[in-house]
Amino acid sequence: MARISGGIATSHVPAIGAAFDLGKTEEPYWKPIFEGYEYVKEWIKDNTPDVVILIYNDHASSLMLDIVPTFALGFAEKFESADEGWGRRPVPVVENHLDLAAHVAEQLVIDEFDITLINEMDVDHGCTVPLSLVFGDVEEWPCKVIPLAVNVTQFPTPSGERCWKLGEAIRNAVKTFPEDLNVQVWGTGGMSHQLQGTRAGLINEEFDNRFLDLLAHEPEELKYITRLEYLREAGTEGIEMIMWLIMRAALGYGVEEKHRFYRVPASNTAVGHVVYESKS
Amino acid sequence: MPRTRLYSLDELDDIPGTKVFRARESRQAYHLHKFCMSLMKEENRKAFKEDERGYLDQYAMTEEQKEAVLERNLTKLIDLGGNMYFLVKIASTDGWSAQKAVSSMSGMSAEEYAQMMLAGGRSPEGLRSIRDKN
Repeated sequence: MARISGGIATSHVPAIGAAFDLGKTEEPYWKPIFEGYEYVKEWIKDNTPDVVILIYNDHASSLMLDIVPTFALGFAEKFESADEGWGRRPVPVVENHLDLAAHVAEQLVIDEFDITLINEMDVDHGCTVPLSLVFGDVEEWPCKVIPLAVNVTQFPTPSGERCWKLGEAIRNAVKTFPEDLNVQVWGTGGMSHQLQGTRAGLINEEFDNRFLDLLAHEPEELKYITRLEYLREAGTEGIEMIMWLIMRAALGYGVEEKHRFYRVPASNTAVGHVVYESKS
Repeated sequence: MPRTRLYSLDELDDIPGTKVFRARESRQAYHLHKFCMSLMKEENRKAFKEDERGYLDQYAMTEEQKEAVLERNLTKLIDLGGNMYFLVKIASTDGWSAQKAVSSMSGMSAEEYAQMMLAGGRSPEGLRSIRDKN
């Protein structure tokens, strides 16, 4: 049977991807950020999953114009890196695990999550920056990836509680997949940031660190943070943190926090990152 | 029993210096955003840079939206329904960093904004609610 063995959460700031691609990782501005990922780069060598279910948001690259799905599962064989206005990131093609993706998609609908399937799309920095941060500069990604996109752009986004339930549903779906697979769920985006208006540049270290404190062992406390509270406290784009709840719920009750990292700023954003191993 | 879990989103208007992107804005900015997403192809970026006005005229955007694009007035474009995830593609086409683009809405110079971010960003104190002034 398939099982969820662990999870990773990380911000997915596009400028981090650009720094990575342009070989700026040793520059004083970027070095402390990339150092925060040294642990996971080692950890993943001993914990390479067969499949990552990667929770991210599409930043108006493939979705959000003609179709605005609340939850959408990538269902192509492969996903190219999107050209977001400065050329495609030179990273490997993301390859899907179609059997697991189909199973999860079906089980989610049975479990009352009316998920949208996307049969053709490119993936943007939301998906590829976490892969680069964890796996580094590689010829091909060492595992299959099922991209799951969440609307955090057009309000109302799904609630934190709804994201939590989606994580639980993903957990149950994976557990009923007959093949023996090691699956990780990654939550991406955040932490506090706002990219518009005169409040641009908002960072709330207190809110972010409380979120990180509770996520490992008291995540239920986070379920009921309202969308409005995310906006007020963590900025209009800080609401991306609801995607971390999907990851956390998918891991089940007990986790061991293997690593935690937090730093301000990367471009406009507070960077957060955790590595969890499942205990159940 | 009436449904009780529905509520108005008007409170989203209570956050200082912030316009929340909702369904109406999504439609208001549809053609503007279609233009922005067209900049995801190199040949389109080139065509836009060669003749900005002519390129914009291919899209069913409002005249106000076109002028705001020509002025690179992101504050105005947000006011006209735009969302930053779309608009940032204009900035990328210009070779601007996301930080420079965002700073242009902040009322600060790009340098001042960059310094503020290095110093830990903008505090939420006093910027959570217009009504509660906190």
